[in-house]
Amino acid sequence: MSALSVHAPVLLIAIPLLGAFAVPLIGKLGRGVRDAFVGLIAAFTAALAGLLAANVFGNGGAASVYVLGGKPFDIPLPSGMTAPIRILLEVDGMSAFMALITALVTLTAIAFSFSYWRERSGGSMYHSLLLLLTAGIFGMELTGDMFNFFVFLEVTSIAACGLIGFRVWLGRTQEAAFKVMTLYTLSGLFVLLAIGLLYGEHGGLNIAYLAHSLSGGIVDKIALGLLLTGLAMKAGAVPMHMWAPDAYGEAPAPTSAVLVANSQASLYGLFRVLFTLFGITVSTATTGWILIVFALLTIFVGVTMALVQSDIKRLIAYGAVSQIGYMLLGVGVGLATIVTKPTYGFVAMQGGIFHMVNDAACIGLLFLVAGAVTRAAGTRDLNKMGGLAHTMKYTSVFFIIGAFALAGVPPFNGFASKFLIYEASFKLSPFLAIIAILSSILLLAVFVKAFQGAFLGPKPASLGGGEAPLGMLIPMAVLALVVIAFGLFPGFFVERIVTPAARALWFGRDAYISAILGG
Amino acid sequence: MNLGNLPFIVSALLVVLGIYTLLFKRNLIKLVIGISLIETGVNLFLVMLGYRSKGIAPIYTFAPAGERMVLPTPQALTLTSIVIGLATTALLLSFAVFIWRHYGTLDVHRIKELKG
Repeated sequence: MSALSVHAPVLLIAIPLLGAFAVPLIGKLGRGVRDAFVGLIAAFTAALAGLLAANVFGNGGAASVYVLGGKPFDIPLPSGMTAPIRILLEVDGMSAFMALITALVTLTAIAFSFSYWRERSGGSMYHSLLLLLTAGIFGMELTGDMFNFFVFLEVTSIAACGLIGFRVWLGRTQEAAFKVMTLYTLSGLFVLLAIGLLYGEHGGLNIAYLAHSLSGGIVDKIALGLLLTGLAMKAGAVPMHMWAPDAYGEAPAPTSAVLVANSQASLYGLFRVLFTLFGITVSTATTGWILIVFALLTIFVGVTMALVQSDIKRLIAYGAVSQIGYMLLGVGVGLATIVTKPTYGFVAMQGGIFHMVNDAACIGLLFLVAGAVTRAAGTRDLNKMGGLAHTMKYTSVFFIIGAFALAGVPPFNGFASKFLIYEASFKLSPFLAIIAILSSILLLAVFVKAFQGAFLGPKPASLGGGEAPLGMLIPMAVLALVVIAFGLFPGFFVERIVTPAARALWFGRDAYISAILGG
Repeated sequence: MNLGNLPFIVSALLVVLGIYTLLFKRNLIKLVIGISLIETGVNLFLVMLGYRSKGIAPIYTFAPAGERMVLPTPQALTLTSIVIGLATTALLLSFAVFIWRHYGTLDVHRIKELKG
């Protein structure tokens, strides 16, 4: 058992990766065997993430290093210089927190997929790509090395676009997949160029080593600009968001939830770069306000574009875009005030980071509901739907829970984190809080309209729609329970998992560096 | 042979040309070429980072003593990046083939099922 907990970081990447390549072979043995295998892999991965989180949070969120190869990583070179070599994974509170989110979303999405793909072909390909995407996301969250981060970023890009585009018989999926792949590749190349600049300037690729030797010179600033653009593009921040609604909207419904987790992993990369890699070597007021401007644009544009949608998945997709803005707002306020470290800055960090898990749960729930609804109704157009609440009682309740949580209505989880963000951003500037609150109210209007369109009123005779099977209802119920639990007991979760994560970013730069370099 | 800053200028030029192609061309195949150009520029930049004037290949076995070696790390990075580039280009081109089959055109202005 202790060996399992020691090796949890690398197993989290290795097991879904091996599973991904084994699924097409095991799929030859039959659908039941394949589903059992995929379920086993997903459950084991989630258990590992839980184990890792229990270890890290039990340790107060302190950074720990995992060395691949099992030998020391700081062997002095013949010239006497010591630099971290070997492949290193570095896990602190924030990484473990992200791993928990990813485990929650992928486990429920994979469980949902078993029923969702029952009558369709291509299930082996689908599960293979989904596990590959999971491995890539875990890799991005756990690595301690910039270049490995880039490699895992590209693994997620390719797997995500495979998932969006593998239904080649639909024209719109191809259009979406081409667009998404172009922008993902572009963002990956920006990141790679920045890594090249940092390597040329400082001669290392390890995040802690780079953070230690960064000076904030002109080359470092160019690298920061490239990383900021590339990672914000991959996270779907406005004005680089045009791929996001296509990706979330056209991917198979359970996958859309995992794509949101992928965007959050890019956001994690952005936060890691801003807080741990650069930290106070550059003007944090400037970088913080850049994040805040991105955040306000993302919130506002996401919500107003959701207002005009009539396609249920595209509507939720724009909702998902706007939520990325709330996370950026919370963390941006934290970054802008990191030098003076006022109390409200830390509250903003807690809010932004807490919102990541809340968004993953409620957006995941909404995408699963959209999958169940479109599967039952046979259409995604809200104007052609209606009256589904008569036959889909549980699904409609889950939609209400998800929508209220997303719009920040108490007592659901979205309110708990958004309230922290409003409170803290109001203290920095009331204008920020006003935009954020107004957009939340608009979002509520959007989802009330969507609920009314899909679930209330008379049911068109041509519309299908029986209740979703139990295999779909259980994953939705799990996410709904998470939404309610995080909404009813926010203090418990903030104290146990959110505060160590926020602390790791806000205060943890020196600890992150000294975990590798010592001293 | 000392190349000075010429390779860096060339790689910057390739990146700029690629971005120009992405912004102003309408044909999907040309967009893939644009991505490819940026990729080549970045790869050239990475290789140049590790280049030392009159350096030899960084292989210790049978290496003559006292010779300067080029840095091996950027070459490993470039190799990885080329492999990833191959995968993305292949994926992009296959999407372009399917778009052609569905819409009968490669012009981005005429493929607009997903708007707004």
